[in-house]
Amino acid sequence: MKHPITRTAGLTTPELSDTQPSLTPLSVTQQSRRRFVLGASSMLALSGLPFSGQLMAHGAGQVASKISATAIDPPVLRGNEFDLSIGFQTVNFTGKKRTATTVNQSLPAPILRWKEGERVKLRVTNTLDHESSIHWHGIILPSEMDGVPGMSFDGIQPGETFVYEFDVNQSGTYWYHSHSGFQEQTGLMGAIVIEPKDPDPVAYDRDMVVLLSDWSDTAPEKIYRTLKKQSHYYNFRERTVGDLVRDLKTKGLSATWNDRAMWNQMRMSDTDIADVTGYAYTYLMNGVTPDQGWLGLCKPGEKVRLRIINGAAMSIFDVRIPGLKMTVVAADGQNIQPVTVDEFRIGVAETYDVIVEPQANSAYTLFAQSIDRTGYARGTLTTDINLRAEIPAMDPAPTLGHRDMGMDMSGHDMEHTDHSGHDMGGMDHFGHDMSAMKEMDHSDHNMEGMDHSGMDHSKHNMDEMDHSGHDMSTMDGMDHSGHNMAEMDHSSHDMHGKSRLAKAGFGSNFDPLAKIHHADTEFGPHVDGHSEAPQSGLNDPGVGLRDHMKLYGRRVLTYADIRGLHPTHDKREPSREIELHLTGNMSRYMWSINGLNFADAKPLELSYGERVRIILVNDTMMTHPIHLHGMWSDLETGDPNYIPRKHTILVQPGSRISYLVTADAKGRWAYHCHLLYHMLGMMREVRVV
Amino acid sequence: MKFTLKKLSLCILSTSLLSVPVIAHEGDDPILAKVMIDQLEWHDSEDANHQSIDTYVLEGQAWIGKDLNKLWLKTDVEYVDGETEEAEIQALYSRAIAPFWDFQIGLRQDLKPEPTREWGVIGIEGLAPYFFEVDAALFVGESGTTAARISAEYEWMFTQKLVLSPEISLNFYGQNDSEYQTGSGLSDVNLGLRLRYEIRREFAPYLGVHWTKSYGNTANFVREHGEETSDAQAVAGVRVWF
Repeated sequence: MKHPITRTAGLTTPELSDTQPSLTPLSVTQQSRRRFVLGASSMLALSGLPFSGQLMAHGAGQVASKISATAIDPPVLRGNEFDLSIGFQTVNFTGKKRTATTVNQSLPAPILRWKEGERVKLRVTNTLDHESSIHWHGIILPSEMDGVPGMSFDGIQPGETFVYEFDVNQSGTYWYHSHSGFQEQTGLMGAIVIEPKDPDPVAYDRDMVVLLSDWSDTAPEKIYRTLKKQSHYYNFRERTVGDLVRDLKTKGLSATWNDRAMWNQMRMSDTDIADVTGYAYTYLMNGVTPDQGWLGLCKPGEKVRLRIINGAAMSIFDVRIPGLKMTVVAADGQNIQPVTVDEFRIGVAETYDVIVEPQANSAYTLFAQSIDRTGYARGTLTTDINLRAEIPAMDPAPTLGHRDMGMDMSGHDMEHTDHSGHDMGGMDHFGHDMSAMKEMDHSDHNMEGMDHSGMDHSKHNMDEMDHSGHDMSTMDGMDHSGHNMAEMDHSSHDMHGKSRLAKAGFGSNFDPLAKIHHADTEFGPHVDGHSEAPQSGLNDPGVGLRDHMKLYGRRVLTYADIRGLHPTHDKREPSREIELHLTGNMSRYMWSINGLNFADAKPLELSYGERVRIILVNDTMMTHPIHLHGMWSDLETGDPNYIPRKHTILVQPGSRISYLVTADAKGRWAYHCHLLYHMLGMMREVRVV
Repeated sequence: MKFTLKKLSLCILSTSLLSVPVIAHEGDDPILAKVMIDQLEWHDSEDANHQSIDTYVLEGQAWIGKDLNKLWLKTDVEYVDGETEEAEIQALYSRAIAPFWDFQIGLRQDLKPEPTREWGVIGIEGLAPYFFEVDAALFVGESGTTAARISAEYEWMFTQKLVLSPEISLNFYGQNDSEYQTGSGLSDVNLGLRLRYEIRREFAPYLGVHWTKSYGNTANFVREHGEETSDAQAVAGVRVWF
């Protein structure tokens, strides 16, 4: 692959520290910061780019230092005791001055470096004129230290200092953010890096935090109000008459009509990928705009560990570095078996650590395009401060398909575990007349006299099934009687299994014939759709990333690729399953779980010590990152011995996914969608008693 | 009753304006308000003697409330040649009954033409399949008089900002009423076609045509008055919401 590299004016690459033990905060060490700042400023002057990402401190005397601290990288704080001050600050990312919410006058907030096995004390002072809080995302700690107002504590009132104190019993990349109001959207988020107690299983020479976020000049309260008044306000990719004409020409009338009929009947848009788009957002990398571009410097020959954190309020990113393979070594702070990819999707609140090996005298663009391709955050990774790589074009904007609606009527796409073509009940979106399909009778399946009633289907390896003989091309009057089920490989069926629950680790391989039950609370004006045949979200890289291998030769990470590096921590089988449906009404902009918003729902109770399986079914068209506080979400990716632990699970539209939770932390915990404007409704309290 | 309704509407309108910046952080369902001026336009019209006259039309709505329960105001004013010819205002309680539909019930006051009239209103408003915006209402007047109105609107997007919007509205009456020149059955059909350019989502100037035709006994009343039963006019205006 060719990567044109441009050379800027002759600047001196700043001295980089020697690397072992390699806790260089970001690209530049403390002692070289001053020199680097000069370099960066003159570079910007030469390139004529607006120096837009800078923060402006209130005190004039502080301006220079604030610019230097934030235009490059947030400051790094180490040790056991930290003083953090939450305050308002004037920023200018777009040419317009706005007020951000920051920690220690930095956006993003300072990088906190902790050590596993130590106790940390964080004194957080609120200088705002309203309540604030800090939640330590992904950190296992006592519930009263979790920082969720109304659940773990009363919040931090104006002028108050709250002292967080807890033992750090984990290592890896995490982050922290406000859990009050919409403060996260206005800048209150920062990285946490925890050095492991034992030797790090990951070899690297230098690490860099890459914190992605979305900035808007519009106040978050106004964005939320706007979405409630006109949910498609930020979508400027709606279908036009031109699209219709083009479709008519290429597909013909009947195909176009059929194609549009479902969306027209459902009164939904297949271009509705992100609620808030690049129209409102400037996507930032470590607080730096794409115009300016963040800069990460390393020495030739170094293995660089990028600690990538999605600290955005609403934006899911697809990350790649043209010209570099990325070896993913950790997901949500936890080490995983290394997997080398070209591209991965990072949901809001997720973190991924990747190892890259930049060539000397080269430059690479670290490119994070938003899921809807309306913008990107970007930076440069290089050994030479003078070099810049080409910024790639964004991929085409994705559109939603049948599978994203919890149905698959094409029947052609039998890749992955895409077997929902069996279930022609399809999805019952209101007003969508699927009656013809409901009449289909599956009773004629020739099961060769086998009695499957007592069988555990959960271990079906659906990839091994050969459905090539199915003719799914005509959906009308489909006849399933010809199914020859003998073709299926039943060898992995657990014929003797007593438990009706799938084995730990396999819970995500759902029986494609299983019917989804929707509770009464999921029906009404507040819910606009129901997945009737959700597919496993495990093998699916997600909307806009499918076929990237075929199209671009890029290998895209899926959840199915993720295996824990360490053996499963809790090898017990789940004692019960909790199925939760992510529900909503897009046009009314209402979000809920099982049709109940947070205000109306009872807490979800777990017994202390129990191991449960949570199955999430996404009844909506949006991709939801679901975050459980206080306990790990052990994502069932197919290997019971190496179940990876995550804190945030991305649930694809119209899909389902399962994970195990060991209720080993007493107290009240928040459990919610991490999209900021979904969170208020799509939230539960989890009580471990 | 007239006074009360006026006062009520004024009160609601001012509340909605005041409440725009209000949002409660405590929940997902704050009280919000929206004002939609769908049509604020000038008509190129003529009087019976084919003299050019200026006609101005305001058609707008506002709501205040939460996700599923709202208070709606709807108004329709026609100002012809220096005089308010038609002025109607509705105050409705609106409750969501289906994902895309709201049930509405309340009062309608016709301030013009005089003498003023009051109606009870029951209706539904929402988005029908294929993205037709529909508003249908039944009106019951003081001495058992009845009327109904159904309107539907569609949007063709030529670009993300240039939108062609056809609109139809039909009025029905349950009885003949010479005072107001309305006849029983289908009284009139109004067709509109407006091409707007959304400078912002909230602000869109437009050009269009408006065509109206009277039917049945209404047409007879109109003819008796020496007026045309059908009329086509060019229109220019703005659409604003906030």
